[in-house]
Amino acid sequence: MADIRYLAPRTLDEAVSAYAAAAGAGRILAGGTDLIVQMRAGMVRPGTIIDIKKIEEMTAIQETPDGGFVIGAAVPGAVLAEHPRFGKAWPGVLEAINLIGSTQVQGRASAGGNLCNASPAGDSVPAMVAAGAAVTIQGPDGRRSLPVEAVPAGPGRTNLAPGEIVVSFTLPPRPKGSGDAYLRMIPRTEMDIAVVGCGVNLTIENGVVKAARVGLGAVAPTVLLVEDAAKALVGSKLEDAALDAAAAACSAACRPINDKRGTIAYRTRVAGVLLKRTAAIAADRARGA
Amino acid sequence: MNVINKPDVIGNKWIGARTIRPDGADKVTGRAAYAADNVMPGMIWGKVLRSPHAHARIRSIDTSKAEKLAGVKAVVTHKDIVDFPLDKSVMLGIQDMRWMCRNVMAREKALFHGHPIAAVAATSEEIAAEACKLIEVDYEVLPHVIDIADAIRPDAPILHDFVQFEGKPSNIAGTMVLKSGDIEAGFKDADIIVERTFDSRPVHQGYIEPQACTVSYAADGRVTIWSSSQGQFMVRAMTSLLTGIPQSDIRAIPAEIGGGFGAKTIIYLEPVAVMLSKKSGRPVKMVMTREEVMRATGPAPGSLSTVKIGAKKDGTLVAAQGTFYLQAGGLPGSPLRGPVGCSFAAYAIPNVLSVGYDVVSNRSKVAAYRAPGAPLGAFATECVLDEIAEKLGLDPLEMRLKNSAREGDKAIYGPVFGHVTFAETVDAIRRHPHYTAPLDRNPRPGVKRGRGVASGFWYNAGGESSVQVNITEDGNVVVTTGHPDVGGSRASIANVVAELFGIEHKRVSVLIGDTATIGFSNLTGGSRVTFASAMVATLSTEKVIGQLKERAAKIWNIDAEAIKWQDGMALPAGDNAGKFPPLSLKELAARANDMGGPIGTQVQLNTTGADPGFATHCVDVEVDVDLGIIRVLRYTAAQDVGRALHPSYVEGQIQGGVVQGIGWALSEEYLYDRNGKLDNAGFLDYRMPVCSDVPMIEPIMLEIPNPKHPQGVRGVGEAPIVPPLAAIANAVYDALGKRFTSLPMSPPKVLERLEQP
Ligand SMILES: Cc1cc2nc3c(=O)[nH]c(=O)nc-3n(C[C@H](O)[C@H](O)[C@H](O)COP(=O)(O)OP(=O)(O)OC[C@H]3O[C@@H](n4cnc5c(N)ncnc54)[C@H](O)[C@@H]3O)c2cc1C
Repeated sequence: MADIRYLAPRTLDEAVSAYAAAAGAGRILAGGTDLIVQMRAGMVRPGTIIDIKKIEEMTAIQETPDGGFVIGAAVPGAVLAEHPRFGKAWPGVLEAINLIGSTQVQGRASAGGNLCNASPAGDSVPAMVAAGAAVTIQGPDGRRSLPVEAVPAGPGRTNLAPGEIVVSFTLPPRPKGSGDAYLRMIPRTEMDIAVVGCGVNLTIENGVVKAARVGLGAVAPTVLLVEDAAKALVGSKLEDAALDAAAAACSAACRPINDKRGTIAYRTRVAGVLLKRTAAIAADRARGA
Repeated sequence: MNVINKPDVIGNKWIGARTIRPDGADKVTGRAAYAADNVMPGMIWGKVLRSPHAHARIRSIDTSKAEKLAGVKAVVTHKDIVDFPLDKSVMLGIQDMRWMCRNVMAREKALFHGHPIAAVAATSEEIAAEACKLIEVDYEVLPHVIDIADAIRPDAPILHDFVQFEGKPSNIAGTMVLKSGDIEAGFKDADIIVERTFDSRPVHQGYIEPQACTVSYAADGRVTIWSSSQGQFMVRAMTSLLTGIPQSDIRAIPAEIGGGFGAKTIIYLEPVAVMLSKKSGRPVKMVMTREEVMRATGPAPGSLSTVKIGAKKDGTLVAAQGTFYLQAGGLPGSPLRGPVGCSFAAYAIPNVLSVGYDVVSNRSKVAAYRAPGAPLGAFATECVLDEIAEKLGLDPLEMRLKNSAREGDKAIYGPVFGHVTFAETVDAIRRHPHYTAPLDRNPRPGVKRGRGVASGFWYNAGGESSVQVNITEDGNVVVTTGHPDVGGSRASIANVVAELFGIEHKRVSVLIGDTATIGFSNLTGGSRVTFASAMVATLSTEKVIGQLKERAAKIWNIDAEAIKWQDGMALPAGDNAGKFPPLSLKELAARANDMGGPIGTQVQLNTTGADPGFATHCVDVEVDVDLGIIRVLRYTAAQDVGRALHPSYVEGQIQGGVVQGIGWALSEEYLYDRNGKLDNAGFLDYRMPVCSDVPMIEPIMLEIPNPKHPQGVRGVGEAPIVPPLAAIANAVYDALGKRFTSLPMSPPKVLERLEQP
């Protein structure tokens, strides 16, 4: 068995240079709830592990002056749940992150890990996409920003350049009348992987949808931003016709596979069903906000 | 709790009490020692090389490179395991050693992905795993077949040249036929006939503890095995047969067991570890990973069944025919007697033909799982009965009552029934508030609800049991039995022994002996252990009480006949016996040595008189028709439990069986990829229900004492897993108006079916 180097840098610069130096053999460790499992299964064999949990910026939750949030990429779900205001502004994003695993897993699992693990079924990702979140990335060539939906490249692959680390998620300020929600279909009631996941974020003014974003998970190689579904909702009062059109757009956007967790026909159909149910919850929240 | 008919429990202090379980504190504090917890000085680790192919001829195995790797101490292959030639069957219980020796180490062929090919022992688990990769196996890869329907096609790849069916090479390795009356005439006589075909996938027992053992082959040739199983004597006997070491040189010590449900009635690792230990001269430990457990140990079989039942207009059943194909796995031996014998046993049907086929295919060899095979037969039969009742406009429970087998009827599997308690279980459900409560069928848009019922039968069993009862010098009681405790047998035996001695329950300690410290005791399985060991513990205790009376008789210088035993004391039986102050167990123990020596005895017996178990269940389900998700809302399970020695355990058995049935019906299945490799070898994608998936299951314990048992005990562990598959399918039909004949009723299947007309 080859030895593994474990590093726990205190600054982002150190982490980036250690990561770059390790070249292909390096792996970032946030909560480890994917990485350690994959190592034990022999799927990955890193030479160097760079633990990012000691870097302040990556474990902090900040509120921006304009009312937005910056969430460190390594903040565990349980910590985010305890924030006094985040869940009020983004109940959908929070419920998506808190759906990951069990109480034990929540003590570790992060949104950054969920995104960078690049599973099409990651629960927080469709909610983040619907929220219009962007990630800040730092690498050997400095900082840049990407919309969340631009990070995954395919199952287990991201568009991060070698040596790049996701630092944080930036969620925009919330206009009045906004609400978001996330629902997933799993055969069991918990401890399962999404067969379809759907995030919806709405802003409603005088009963009319002013802005909408829809994220869909587990129906394509990457989490999808479904712009056609959003278009069908904007300008509507969420009448049946608008919801039917949005549901149809979701089903049309699906490019799923048959696997042990679901069939193509099932996922395609359920994507539309979940859109309607998720939109209803998001709308209730928007009307109450 | 719900206890009905408790006639003779009055006056009992411990029998029927919910005493604290003897294994509880150790289990909740993490102190209980399971199989993988044993460590020995000088111990090394064994790992198994497994077949990467679903079906392949093994041309050669070259272990030389592995043997040269630093840290490797021994390598074994099938050459080190005793060969049982194909032409002669050697049985141990229901297991044929021809198949067991090939299951433990592949011989001519690799028969499934994960089949053991060789094993290595090394100074670390990592080195052993590394060495496995250095073993060179020359395979001739053969076409494989997984599903029953494919395996019985005429052009299917044949697994075994020696298997013939109807004169031709075949994957049908065995048949079982039971019949009564004239089936043709019976159907001619029927006003209505319903015939349906059902199928299901293999399912896992879901025990948490993977198979594990530590084995020491000492310099004098004596072997000690620490492992977790449902029978230390089975471990000893099977290891002896597969290694050629006499039983007297093998001591099998049972560890605390982390679940078995039938799966641990056979072994995989012990003979291999013995040979690795023998070759290396070091103690060897082997622990399966969860993935190995799922790929290579035995689940329950998949099934393909056709059931045809004919009835008169008034619901009288006149003919029943069942054809049951079970998926044995790579080697023969599926539990045909489950569906063939149990499916129609609860009913008085004059004309029956019940046929089972044992079908081999390229997946791991099946093992027992609670009421082996019976749930699969009941799934088909009880769904067809539901359909007949519906078509005739009869209440499904009334129809079952009308057709219940009665005392004196000859069971299709042979014996003449004594008192049959099936009708009581049906009646208990019929009168229960669950069954009589109205059901809101459309509580919300997109949601439909339904209610279903089904019944089940299991043979139950007696068999060999040994119980030693010793009085300690300080006047307390130590009981040793020979059965691993998977369902609360220690707690139940403690209740019985405390009751008979008339002493505080805390003063009785019940332990499980190893093969060197207690007489032969058969497997924990078939719902036999509480029945058998309570019977034998009663005999042992009565003998010891006899000894105690003799001691008192000696002290008082009167006749032992003139002494009675009561509340933990010897007393003169009446005024004629004389007047003496009582002698307590403690006083008698203190004087044991000067009055004739230590007090204690062992009784060993092949017990008989295990009456069958009957169960009737009622379930409400809710279907989300847009997602195809079925949830169980309410579940009530009535069962004749004979006598609940420890009611919490009896309830636990019923609830556990039901939960396993719910998983079988709705979400559990082994899924294979195109290459014949198991695609969901772990608990994430092998979907057993979690706590939040099931409601509180309400057991109705009908205490109708078994007249052939001193406490009235009847086996309770298997019957509760028999009805759920059909009860749930019938409830889903009630909700949706569509019959589901294929398990599991997983969401994609449900949506697909809803889209069909
Ligand atoms: C029992 C169990 C249940 C689970 N249930 C769910 C579930 O319901 N839903 C779900 O979506 N997931 C589930 N998961 C998967 C996992 O918990 C989540 O994906 C989690 O969000 C991963 O976060 P982490 O911080 O533990 O990531 P890690 O395991 O630390 O990292 C995951 C991957 O991302 C990389 N990485 C992590 N952070 C960064 C970063 N900042 N920059 C660049 N790369 C990074 C790592 O190198 C690694 O490849 C479950 C896992 C377990 C063990």
